[in-house]
Amino acid sequence: MQLCDLSALELTIKIRQREVSAVEALDSSLERIRAVDGRPGSLKPGQLTAEDQKTLHAFITLTEERARRQAENVDQQLAAGEDPGPLAGVPFTVKDLFCVQGTPTTAASRILANFVAPYTATPIARMEAAGAIMLGKVNLDEFAYGSSTESSAFQPAARNPWNTSRVPGGSSGGSAVSVAAGEAVLSIGTDTAGSIRQPAAFCGMVGLKPTYGRVSRYGLIAFGSSLDCPGPIARNVSDTAAMLNIIAGPDSRDNTAVTLPPEDFLEKLESGVKGMRIGLSPDYFRIAIPDPQTGEYCQQPLPEEIETRVRQTAELLASLGAIIVDDVPMPNTRYGIPAFFVISRVEAASNLHRFDGVKYGYRTPQKMTDLNKMYRLSRGEGFGLQPKLRILMGMYVSAAQYSEQYYQRALKVRAMIRRDFEQAFDKAGKYQLDALLTPTTPTTAFSIGDIYGDSVLMQFADQLTVPANHAGIPGLSIPAGFDGQGLPIGVQLLGPDFSEASLLRIGRAYEMATTEEAWRQIKPQVLR
Amino acid sequence: MTEYEVVIGLETHIQLNTQTKIFCSCKADSWEQPPNTNICPVCTGLPGVLPVPNEAAVEKAVILATAMHAEPQSLSFFDRKNYFYPDLPKGYQITQYDRPIAVGGYLDLPMPDGRTRRVTINKLHLEEDAGKTKNEKGKRYIDFNRCGVPLVEMVTNPDIRSADEAAQYLTRLRQLLRWLGISEADMEKGHLRCDANVSIRPKGSAELNTKTEIKNVNSIDAVRSAILVETERQIREVESGGEIKPWTLDWDDNRKSLHKMRSKETEADYRYFREPDLLPVHLDDDWKERILADFPELPLARRQRFMDTYALPEYDAEVLTSERSLSEYFEAAAQAYGGDAKQVSNWLMNDVMRMLNDANIPASQLRLRPEHLAEILKLVDAKAINNAIGKKLLKKVEKSGKSPAEIVEAEGLAQVSDDSAIREICQKIIDSNPAEVESCRSGKESLIGWFVGQVMREMRGKADPQMARQILSELLKQ
Repeated sequence: MQLCDLSALELTIKIRQREVSAVEALDSSLERIRAVDGRPGSLKPGQLTAEDQKTLHAFITLTEERARRQAENVDQQLAAGEDPGPLAGVPFTVKDLFCVQGTPTTAASRILANFVAPYTATPIARMEAAGAIMLGKVNLDEFAYGSSTESSAFQPAARNPWNTSRVPGGSSGGSAVSVAAGEAVLSIGTDTAGSIRQPAAFCGMVGLKPTYGRVSRYGLIAFGSSLDCPGPIARNVSDTAAMLNIIAGPDSRDNTAVTLPPEDFLEKLESGVKGMRIGLSPDYFRIAIPDPQTGEYCQQPLPEEIETRVRQTAELLASLGAIIVDDVPMPNTRYGIPAFFVISRVEAASNLHRFDGVKYGYRTPQKMTDLNKMYRLSRGEGFGLQPKLRILMGMYVSAAQYSEQYYQRALKVRAMIRRDFEQAFDKAGKYQLDALLTPTTPTTAFSIGDIYGDSVLMQFADQLTVPANHAGIPGLSIPAGFDGQGLPIGVQLLGPDFSEASLLRIGRAYEMATTEEAWRQIKPQVLR
Repeated sequence: MTEYEVVIGLETHIQLNTQTKIFCSCKADSWEQPPNTNICPVCTGLPGVLPVPNEAAVEKAVILATAMHAEPQSLSFFDRKNYFYPDLPKGYQITQYDRPIAVGGYLDLPMPDGRTRRVTINKLHLEEDAGKTKNEKGKRYIDFNRCGVPLVEMVTNPDIRSADEAAQYLTRLRQLLRWLGISEADMEKGHLRCDANVSIRPKGSAELNTKTEIKNVNSIDAVRSAILVETERQIREVESGGEIKPWTLDWDDNRKSLHKMRSKETEADYRYFREPDLLPVHLDDDWKERILADFPELPLARRQRFMDTYALPEYDAEVLTSERSLSEYFEAAAQAYGGDAKQVSNWLMNDVMRMLNDANIPASQLRLRPEHLAEILKLVDAKAINNAIGKKLLKKVEKSGKSPAEIVEAEGLAQVSDDSAIREICQKIIDSNPAEVESCRSGKESLIGWFVGQVMREMRGKADPQMARQILSELLKQ
C-alpha cells in the first residue's frame, strides 16, 4: 500500500506526527498519477490510442509546482511546531468548475480554455487553509452538463478505474476517478442532479451532496444556481465527514450559504444507528423513462442486483438496531427529471450569458465589426453541444409564451417533490424517518459511447439522485458491493435539511459492519 | 380645431448614495475615476462569482418608498432580466420584477397657480446599474465602473398632463431625494435619470393612446423641452392624418430635437426569473422600524408647518424648506431667538443664504450656528449693537467661529447709546462743516442723513443711529 492509498485521516496523522512528510505524500500521489492517468484532457486530442483506453485521464491541469510549494510549506510549518490545519498534507483534486487563483479554470469547455482565474473559490480556499494540497483540476462534463464526463471538450475524458471501457459517471467524473485510483485522497465535486453521488457510486467511492447552502458556491462556475452543491468525494465516510468539516459553513460572499454555526461531523460519527428510522420507498425501486418511440412515460423496475443490494443494506442496518420502515410513498420522484430538465436549463442558459467573448474566455478569431455576429460566432465556436442544447431548451421554456406551461409548472413540481420528503421526515408524521435508503443510480457504470448522444436518456441516469437537489436536502452515496460485472453499486441515504451528521453516521455504521467483507478488498482494475 | 391634452408618465432611475455597490464591496461612486478602475470580480461578472446584497440599498429604498407614501413589501424578490449587451457583464441584470420592494404611492406637487397635483406611483424596485459604452472612431469602449451601482427605478402612472408638471415632479423628487439623504440626485451626473412616456388625446377623452418613450434627457429643462417638442410633433402628426408609432426617441439637447432610436413594435422578452443567487428580501417590522426610526418630516409638511407655526408667508416657507438643513437651521434659530420668526427668515434669506451660496455649502456646515444668529438678533433687539454691525457680525462669527458676544466684546462693537459721547461727536461734525450746516439750516433738511453718516463713520458704526439723528436735528435747529 502506498501513501496515496491511505485515507485522509490516516495520512494526515502520519504527516502531523512527522512520520512521513507532506512532500513524500505528494510524491506518492504524483507517482500514481504518472502510473495510471495517461495524458491529460486537451482540446486537440488527436486519435485515441490503445494506451489511452487503458488509462484514466482524470486531469485537465496538474498543478505540480503549486502543490509542491504547498507541501513544502506544510512541512516547514510542522518543523516550526506550527499547526498546518486538520487536513495537513492531504492531496486533493478539484473539479475544474471551481476557480483557483492563477490556475486555468476551464469548466471543460473550449469557451473557457484560456481563462485563468484571478481569485479562489471559498471551498478550495478552506481546503488549502486546512493544509490540504491541491494537485490540480480534474475533468468533468462540459459545464457539468452530463452524467458520464464524456461531453468534456478536453479529451480523452476520464475513464472508470474499475473498467476503463466504462464511464466514470459525471459530471464530477474526474473527481471520483482520481480518488478511486489513489491519485488523490480527496476531491471536491459539485452535485446539481447527482453529479457527486452518481460518479461516486460508479467508481465505488463515497460522495456527499450536502444540504443546499451548507457549502458556499462562491467561485463555482454555476450550472443550475438553485440546485448546485459543492461536496466531497472520498474513499470512506470518515474522510467525507472530515472534509465536510472544512468546507462547510457560512460565507459572507454567498448569500445562499446557510448561517448555521459550524458542526463537527466527526464527533458522533461512530455512535451507531440504534433506534434510527430508515425508510425504503417503492418509488426508488423503479424508474420512469420516456418510450423512445411514443414519448410516453413507462415504468421499469431496477436491475435486480441493485435492488437486492439496497435491501441487504437495510437488513444489515436493521441488525445494527435501525428501524426499517418499508413502503414509504414518494410519488413525485418520477417527475424529478422532467422538472429538472426545465429548471436547470433555464438557470443554465442564463448562467451562460456571461460567456460572450467580450471580457474573457474564447472570442472568435475572425475580424468582426458587427457585435451580434461576434457574439454568435464566439459562442457558436466556443460552446460544445451540451451548452448549446441547454441554451436552446432553457430559452424556450422560459420564453414569455411558454414560461407558464413549462418553467412555472416545473417549479410547482419541485415544490411537490420537496413535500414528499417533508412528509417522510416529519417528526410528527406517519413515517418519521431519519433517512431514506435508496439506490444511488438505476444502473452501474455504463459503457463509454453507449448512452452519450442521447441527451434525454443520459439525463435519466440522475433519476434517483435529482429529487434531493430539487428539495435541497442532503444525500450520501456509499459503496455497497459490486454487480455481476465487477462494477461498483452505490446506495444512497437521503435525509432532512442539515441532517448530514445522521447520514454520515448511518454510512459509517454500514462501513464498519462490512469492513471485513470480501468485496471491500477488491482493488480497481487499474491498480491490480 | 381639436384641443389636445398630453398624457405623460415618467420612469425615473435614482442612484442611491450608498458607500458600496449593491452586490459587492466596490465604492458605489466612480465620479471622475478612470474607466475600469472601480471594479471587482463580482461586478464584472467573472465566472463563479455571486452577488451579496447591500442592506443599505434596501434601507434607502424603503425610506424613499415611505416618503412616496408607497407600501414597502414585507417580502420582495430579486429577478434576472436576461439580455445581451457588452456593458452588462453577466448577460443579465439583477432587478426586481413582479414582487418589488414597494408598490403604490404618490407625490403631491404644489403648482404655481396654487393647485396641488397628485402624481401616483406604480411601483418602486431595486436594481443594479449596467456599465457604460462609448462608441468612438468605429470602436466600442466599455467602462464597468458603473456596474452594480444601486438604483431605484420608480415609475409613475400616466398622471402628468403638461411639460411643466413633469418638470415640477422632477424638481420635487430631486428635493425629496436630497432631503432624505438617499441620493445626490444630480441629473447632470446621472444620479437621477428620467425617461418620459408621452401620448396625446383630445381634451376630455379618457383613452390612453400609443405613446412614445423619450430617453437621454439629462436635466429638468431638457425634460420640459423634450416633452413640448414631442407633444407638438404628435399633434402635427395626428392633425395631418398620421398615426403615432411606439417609437423610442433620443433627445439631443444641443439641437433641442428628438430623433428616433428604434421602433418598439414588439416587446423584448427578458425571460425574467427569480435570481437564485439571492435570498428573498424579508422586511420585517423590526427592521422597518429601525430603518424609519429617524424618518424626517417631509418638505411639504414642513413648509405648511412653518406657515402655521411661525406665521411665515408661503414664499418664505417655500424657500426655507427648499433644502433640509436650511429648514432645520431656520427652526433652530427661530426657537433660540424666540421672537418674531419673520426676522429670522429675513436674515436667513437675505444674508445667510448669500453666505451659503458664496461658500457653496449647506446650512449644516456653517460655523455660524443657529444659536449665533439668534444671539445676534437679540443683540440688535436690545440695541446692544445696531443692525449694520449685526450683519457684519454674521461674517465675523463665520470666519472666527467665536460667539457674537465675544466678538462684540473683543472688538468693541457695542453700540454707543451714551448721549454725551454721541453729542460730543455731533458737535464736532457740525463745527467742522459750516457750509453744510448753513445749507441745512436754510431748508435743505435732507442733509441730516449726510450728518448721521458722518457721525457713524467717526464712531466706526457703533453709534445708535436713531440717537445720533435726534441729537443732530436738535443741534442743527439751534
